[in-house]
Amino acid sequence: MLEISNLSHTYGSGPSAHTALGGIDLSVAEGELVCIVGPSGCGKSTLLRSVAGLITPTGGRILLKGVPVNQTPDDLAVVFQDYSRSLFPWMSVADNVSLPLRRRGQDKRQRRESAMDALEQVGLADAAAKYPWQLSGGMQQRVSIARALAYRPSLLLMDEPFGSVDAQTREDLEDLTLRVRGHHNMTILLITHDIDESVYVGDRVVVLSKSPGGIAGDLRVGLPGPRDQITTREHPEFVRLRAEVGRLVRGMRSHPAAAS
Amino acid sequence: MRVIARLWLVPVVVLLWELVTRLSDSGFFPPPSVIAVTMREMWLTGPASQLWLTDLVLENFPPSLARLFAGWALAGVAGIALGIMIGRSRALSRFVDPLIHFGRAIPPPMLLPFFIAVLSLGAQTQLATIVFGVIWPVLLNTIDGARAVDRQHIETARVFRLSRSQRLWRVILPSALPKIFAGLRLSLSLALILMVISELVASTSGIGYQLLRAQRDFDLPAVWGTIVLLGVLGYLLNSVFLAAERRVLSWHRAAKQTT
Ligand SMILES: Nc1ncnc2c1ncn2[C@@H]1O[C@H](COP(=O)(O)OP(=O)(O)OP(=O)(O)O)[C@@H](O)[C@H]1O
Ligand SMILES: [Mg+2]
Repeated sequence: MLEISNLSHTYGSGPSAHTALGGIDLSVAEGELVCIVGPSGCGKSTLLRSVAGLITPTGGRILLKGVPVNQTPDDLAVVFQDYSRSLFPWMSVADNVSLPLRRRGQDKRQRRESAMDALEQVGLADAAAKYPWQLSGGMQQRVSIARALAYRPSLLLMDEPFGSVDAQTREDLEDLTLRVRGHHNMTILLITHDIDESVYVGDRVVVLSKSPGGIAGDLRVGLPGPRDQITTREHPEFVRLRAEVGRLVRGMRSHPAAAS
Repeated sequence: MRVIARLWLVPVVVLLWELVTRLSDSGFFPPPSVIAVTMREMWLTGPASQLWLTDLVLENFPPSLARLFAGWALAGVAGIALGIMIGRSRALSRFVDPLIHFGRAIPPPMLLPFFIAVLSLGAQTQLATIVFGVIWPVLLNTIDGARAVDRQHIETARVFRLSRSQRLWRVILPSALPKIFAGLRLSLSLALILMVISELVASTSGIGYQLLRAQRDFDLPAVWGTIVLLGVLGYLLNSVFLAAERRVLSWHRAAKQTT
């Protein structure tokens, strides 16, 4: 589905140049949910923006379904980190969600239905007629998640999507992400700085090292059965993985016995 | 209530004006009461079938207002269209920026002789003067607004592959709209000024032409009456425009208050 090879990116040039990514290799299979964890400023957003075709990386190659990414690929949606600037303040919540659906060849009524459906999934059906600036930060972020869900992309990129919601909503949205992935067979790349979240949601956790970002670890999450907020988090494998990811994020060598 | 509080100064000033002019008894400064009577006689003593408006009103006001609005609308449409194009294209903007600053620096009344030579006396000349004079605030503000569209909004439009027309009508234009409105409002008051100036020079009808006639006849109350009319007209145009702006940009004001 997604093949990233030797991706690097340097912002600016000359003495003020800053290398944000230094040679990333990553491949993501179709239907996989990959979490990317790493300390602040290690280049997570840069990686995601490269995949979305929003910046042209200075080195390396990205293939999406075998096609090089040089413009924004079709069939891809992004939930941006900066939720407050990602929605259009001059449109109602429902219009924000349904705006991109015109390309999907839906008529007005279908668009409206898809938008309402997606808003319902994130628990915001009541807010459809409101404007984004009438909502709290967490609600705005959920609208931007609803917009991505309604769009039904085959690849969904999420940049710290749950960073600004309360713990309860956060768990609900994590479960929603898992459900959606099951239903629509989306491939999801989810960026987070929350180690627990990455292990709970991901099929795989990729840890980026401090800047310039490189891959510090790539762990497969082998948790049994459907995930559950209580029991999964108690599972010994969950506890082991969480510790493992934590060590990698802090830049410690991976525990030899745990390395896979 | 707030309107009343703001307007209390008006009668005070008028009263003072009346007192001072009556005391000084200068022919150049007729008292407001005389001006008011003259205005009534000039414009409001027509037959009931014309809603008491005189022929003078019917002959002069509609053409003036038509030129004013036509010129403003033409300049508005052209200014917005060009401004969006220039603001969204870095190459184009680098190319035309010097031209714009040159054009803007020319005082529009200076072009009247040129327009008269090319277009001869008449409505075309006045329209050309108004359009040329009032396009700059719209153009410059639109360029500014179109340039300043939030990068995240543009990226969102790219990611969701919005069509060109969606990008224009649903993203860029609304985002630039607060700036555009600021430009349009400036242009509207400029259009009034240029309407009068162009009629003073290049016309045989209109409010400005009437002003010129009154001045030639040394009919100072009529001169003052026309000046008062222009002041009231400017105030009304601005108020109506502000009310419209408030409606259209309600999201903008509210969004600013909450974030
Ligand atoms: N447009 C830019 N110009 C110059 N430098 C930039 C730009 N964007 C990001 N950087 C730099 O690149 C590095 C990586 O930025 P990036 O936004 O990818 O980090 P991140 O991992 O997403 O961080 P966070 O977790 O805080 O969101 C940072 O040091 C940042 O200062
Ligand atoms: Mg980031």
